[in-house]
Amino acid sequence: MSFAWAKQYEPQSAFTKWIDEKLPLPRLVYNAVGAGYPVPRNLNYMWNFGVLAGFFLVVQIVTGVVLAMHYAANGLVAFATVEHIMRDVNYGWMLRYAHANGASFFFIVIYMHIFRGFFYSSYKAPREMIWLLGVVIFLLMMATAFMGYVLPWGQMSFWGAQVITGLFGAIPLVGEPIQVWILGGYAPDNAALNRFFSLHFLLPFVIAGVVILHIWALHIPGSSNPTGVEVKQESDTVPFHPYYTAKDGFGLGVVLILFAAMVFFLPNALGHPDNYIEANPLSTPAHIVPEWYFWPFYAILRAFTGDLTIPFTGIVLVPAKLLGVIAMFGSILLWFILPWLDKSPVRSGHYRPLFRKFFWFGLIPTMAVLFYCGGAPAEEPYVVLSQVATAYYFLHFLVVLPIISQIEVPKPLPFSITEAVLGKDKTAEAPRAGSVDGGDTGTAPEGSLQPAE
Amino acid sequence: MATDTAATTEVSAAAEDGVRRRDWIHIAALGTAGVGGASVLIPLVSQMAPSQDVLAASTTDVDISAIAEGQAIKAVFRKQPLFVRRLTAAEIEEANKVDVASLRDPQTLAERTKEGHPDLLVTMGVCTHLGCVPLGAAEGETRGDFGGYFCPCHGSHYDSAARIRKGPAPKNLMVPDYEFTSDTVIRVG
Repeated sequence: MSFAWAKQYEPQSAFTKWIDEKLPLPRLVYNAVGAGYPVPRNLNYMWNFGVLAGFFLVVQIVTGVVLAMHYAANGLVAFATVEHIMRDVNYGWMLRYAHANGASFFFIVIYMHIFRGFFYSSYKAPREMIWLLGVVIFLLMMATAFMGYVLPWGQMSFWGAQVITGLFGAIPLVGEPIQVWILGGYAPDNAALNRFFSLHFLLPFVIAGVVILHIWALHIPGSSNPTGVEVKQESDTVPFHPYYTAKDGFGLGVVLILFAAMVFFLPNALGHPDNYIEANPLSTPAHIVPEWYFWPFYAILRAFTGDLTIPFTGIVLVPAKLLGVIAMFGSILLWFILPWLDKSPVRSGHYRPLFRKFFWFGLIPTMAVLFYCGGAPAEEPYVVLSQVATAYYFLHFLVVLPIISQIEVPKPLPFSITEAVLGKDKTAEAPRAGSVDGGDTGTAPEGSLQPAE
Repeated sequence: MATDTAATTEVSAAAEDGVRRRDWIHIAALGTAGVGGASVLIPLVSQMAPSQDVLAASTTDVDISAIAEGQAIKAVFRKQPLFVRRLTAAEIEEANKVDVASLRDPQTLAERTKEGHPDLLVTMGVCTHLGCVPLGAAEGETRGDFGGYFCPCHGSHYDSAARIRKGPAPKNLMVPDYEFTSDTVIRVG
């Protein structure tokens, strides 16, 4: 993997030489996130979010393992053990708020990461596998987050479990047996709570495993970049360390400031007060909504209010409940075929005038409407708005993108990343002689690439 | 890019002195990150220390009015057994007869009881060797070679003042902090 000009790891001391022979872990790190990984020199701040997502996965695992030391997954005591964590355990309040808001931040950075992928078409060849693994990670995250939200065993936990497992009840014929099987009963109870805790502990490590595959797949073609032009030569890249460790470090600092502000000053702003009422199987809260990061998909679920029937016969082909469930899962599963829906050879949205219009004035407002409607009560005008937005969401991916990629005239692409950055590229003006130009190294643009170390 | 080139020139010029302007920001950034990272360890480590509800349960009141002479009761202090024994006159005499200097953990009986209550011996029921519960507090249990407590795990013998006399235990049975809240009630802890 990597480019021919990538720096090679050279152990200096006798000890690192010994380690390198027995277990070349320092070499692996050097090639993955060190000076041995050449990265396009023009990455903007949208390329920070992958590292940030990895950071929040670690935050969630560390705080989660610690919280599990004090929590008991038993319907009789679960709610009380969460209060025990908040009141009795040293810094328990901080750890729990960090875990709850850490989930929100994990989703914030993941959504930014996904939108980066949409705009710059990071899913296109040769990076389809990275994208597919990313969608898998996102689905695992949603499952993990849902099950984690059940654990405090408050009203929202309980009714969230009831409603989400109810989605499986929509499957024809086997739906209700499956729902009962998932819950281990006819309503959420101890059995469901225990298995959700077990899986909530397991899945983050599965996510970590898929993240490793995701990064491995990334290192084969290397990172994409805002021009969408592939790396051609050494002057198109800089070593990951120190250039992007510093840039990611700065982004991490900014995000940590926001994270600390939420944990310490607005810890419950993204939660629901109802979840501080212990689960009561006999009473549903009046306004039940999922956590904010599920709102767009929840809006799609609720957009289907009528059965699909054969007109004038009254024969129901697909009941509304099933339609909503199919659409909700379909809205994400759609991403699995995205690399083959958008056939335009141009990657970056910057060079695709038509695509860019539909992105900023179509997809983004649609997602905003779905987000807002998902958190609003199921009444007018939110239902109609959700229906319109849902329709556009599917049209955008299934119809608009394939048509755009056929009819659009893209803007001229720069010859190389170097040209995009510097405005000129000598290798473009004078066709390359086929050998590395020795006199090149002393010139200004090359010199500016020397790391400060 | 002009600024980039200029900055590079400046850095390489400064590098000849061995001190670079960038060193300062490296130290500042890594120092801040280091302090921040290290302070994260505080909650992660201290969450494993006893929580507030455990600390709140760290005193125990024991009613001693019903303990007859020569009798012992077991209470619970910090989830550990607590032995409260009312010594007989013979036991007190026997304990005071011992040459304190010859003991492994030299203490007189008076040092192990409260003034005005020389017959009330309050000790933890935790062998100082490896933490088993010694026998001798309950009726009919063996009290060892020295008439006090006997730990069956590794054979430690304690005398009537619960001092170690024979066996592997290094210390006398621990006397916890306690006080008389009335003539008949002690508060341990």
